[in-house]
Amino acid sequence: MTDTLRTFGLFALVALLIIGTGVLQSWNSALIILNMGLISAIMSLGVNLQWGYAGLFNVGVMGFVALGGLATVLISVPPVGEAWAAGGLRVLLALVLGAATIVAAVLVRSRMAPGAARGLAMTAVLILGFFIYRAVFDPGVAAIESVNPAATGFLGGLGLPVLLAWPVGGLLAAGAAWLIGKTALGLRSDYLAIATLGIAEIVIAILKNEDWLSRGVKNVSGLPRPVPYEIDLQNDPAFVARAGEMGLDATTASTLYVKTGYSILFAVVLIVLLVLAQLALKSPWGRMMRAIRDNETAARAMGKDVTARHLQVFVLGSAICGVAGAMMTTLDGQLTPGTYQPLRYTFLIWVMVIVGGSGNNFGAVLGGFLIWFLWVQVEPVGQLLMSGITAGMAEDSALRAHLLDSVAHMRLLTMGLVLLLVLRFSPRGLLPER
Amino acid sequence: MDFLNAIVALSNFVLIPAIAYGSQLALGALGVTLIYGILRFSNFAHGDTMAFGTMATILVTLAFQAAGLSLGPLPTALLALPFGIAACAALLIATDRVVYRFYRAQRVVPVILVIVSMGVMFVYNGIVRFIIGPDDQRFADGERFIISAREFRNLTGLDEGLALRTTQGITVITAVVVVALLFWFLNHTRTGKSMRAYSDNEDLALLSGINPERVVLYTWLIVAALATVAGTLYGLDKSFKPFTYFQLLLPIFAAAIVGGLGSPLGAIAGGFVIAFSEVMITYAWKKVLGYMLPESLAPDGLVQLLSTDYKFAVSFVILLIVLLFRPTGLFRGKAV
Repeated sequence: MTDTLRTFGLFALVALLIIGTGVLQSWNSALIILNMGLISAIMSLGVNLQWGYAGLFNVGVMGFVALGGLATVLISVPPVGEAWAAGGLRVLLALVLGAATIVAAVLVRSRMAPGAARGLAMTAVLILGFFIYRAVFDPGVAAIESVNPAATGFLGGLGLPVLLAWPVGGLLAAGAAWLIGKTALGLRSDYLAIATLGIAEIVIAILKNEDWLSRGVKNVSGLPRPVPYEIDLQNDPAFVARAGEMGLDATTASTLYVKTGYSILFAVVLIVLLVLAQLALKSPWGRMMRAIRDNETAARAMGKDVTARHLQVFVLGSAICGVAGAMMTTLDGQLTPGTYQPLRYTFLIWVMVIVGGSGNNFGAVLGGFLIWFLWVQVEPVGQLLMSGITAGMAEDSALRAHLLDSVAHMRLLTMGLVLLLVLRFSPRGLLPER
Repeated sequence: MDFLNAIVALSNFVLIPAIAYGSQLALGALGVTLIYGILRFSNFAHGDTMAFGTMATILVTLAFQAAGLSLGPLPTALLALPFGIAACAALLIATDRVVYRFYRAQRVVPVILVIVSMGVMFVYNGIVRFIIGPDDQRFADGERFIISAREFRNLTGLDEGLALRTTQGITVITAVVVVALLFWFLNHTRTGKSMRAYSDNEDLALLSGINPERVVLYTWLIVAALATVAGTLYGLDKSFKPFTYFQLLLPIFAAAIVGGLGSPLGAIAGGFVIAFSEVMITYAWKKVLGYMLPESLAPDGLVQLLSTDYKFAVSFVILLIVLLFRPTGLFRGKAV
């Protein structure tokens, strides 16, 4: 009973914090925090699935989130016909050839007897395949990128409804997770950590450099939205009249309306995933996962296929991160590969899971909201604190200017301290696993 | 003549930069591997430790420059290095006392220590950005070149120039000196031997009366020196930016794992393997091939295997290959 009470109390606290922001600052900022909080909660639910259920140490969250973002572009942006005509098929063919090369190398490895001949044959296949791939690939890319580079210069997407991108983002992330899990999962936990850290950097490098796919650092902006545009609402007399009845001007009412629309969509996804995660945890499957986490050898002796189960849960958790990534890009309305940073998209999610309580889904969700709130609000509070500290100093003091400039970096310091304090004094998090 | 030109071009654009970068990675990987061997966890805060040590060195360098102190043709940063190491050591030992010691006493599983080091990483990162800001810092001074491309061309009469920057020369010399000192320390002093014993078999070492706290203290001191030297050399060679140092974590870990975690020799080998593959795969070979091949075969394109932005992919792929085919690394590291 006390557990339920504690959960309830802490979630009430989060609600109070967000409502407090609405009253003290503005409802607009409260909704911004709520929306990103919902997305963060979904991400930490995914990490909790991997770490809390199965003890898998994934520090590549950023990569899966970015893949979700890419899915949004690939699904919702209308196709660029001219670019497809210029080199679309050629690039696709090159990708097929690249995949065929790898398959051929794997076949050589499995068919030939071990020895120097096999090594040479594999190397030859790989090198030859690489050059053929580049010979087909490069002209296609050049053709696509030269099609109106200021506005498009990429293949575009499928022009489908943007909501479809969310499950597809999950699928894309799941595919990547399967590949990485297949290679790195049988190994030690540290190795998985480094491997996932690497795959995340590679995904970001691809998004930044493959302009034909994602426009790279030129960003894709103006993505379609699942909710109406503010300007359309403001031009709708019925909406303006209704806003007037509630005592709001049309501009404020339209931004609040749009943000609330997003909140509802995100909340639906979060609730569905939370229910599923809770059901999974309480099922025989969930008990098996925890048994594997607590004692792999014993679980293996009971006939459980530990590697396969690890792969399964790794793929599922990454898929959830991909869904969250697609949702985030939809919310932003643009894909900006330059803004993905591991501290923000990987390690911050880890702070959420650890602080919230790993192994407890409600804990992960709570951590998502709480840490996101802190991440946003540390800056204004730090600003206040710093102006208090520096109030006594001379106007033109260099130290004062430096301190005021540095407020932005208080965030990282605070997050680190929060993580260290929780690990030290409440290592199982705010809502411990039951 | 063409053959000589090809060799000079190769040295100028591939060999010299790769040797300098490899030395920096090797020093970083040595720190990671020592922590892994003695304290038994992968330290995610290592990149930021390097950033902190470098930052301290830069601040002292700036103070020296303001005071008019200099080493003549050598960068002033070398003079400031001991102060940077001292500051870094103070920080690491304070962190150990406040944070890590508690978990060591509890004998927690290594992965918890990794998560703890993630928290430490955030804190260091915040401190560094707080003190020096997130921007680029250039602090190399003194003579820029040992030999510049123009001098080399005049000297030899070749078409290709060979530039050897002072920072590259200093990097290699410093790295050799530091590594020699480290191996002498590990193999010939009482403390070094007890460190190796502790790394090989903790229980047996404790039984023979080795004081674990002393071993840990010395480890942090050595790690502080290695991290600060590696960071300062990297900063002199390229430039100092906190975020770049955080990103160095990946090639450094790749180097340590490729060499075999826990093996100092492996860390050095791994550093050079990673550096050479990164530079060679992202270098545009047009010039070298142009000299080597007959005119009819000379390539039209840049002959660059991958764009430089994919250098992380290179360390990663090498890492994967080693993990798949030889999981303990080239030099048989330990597996916990």
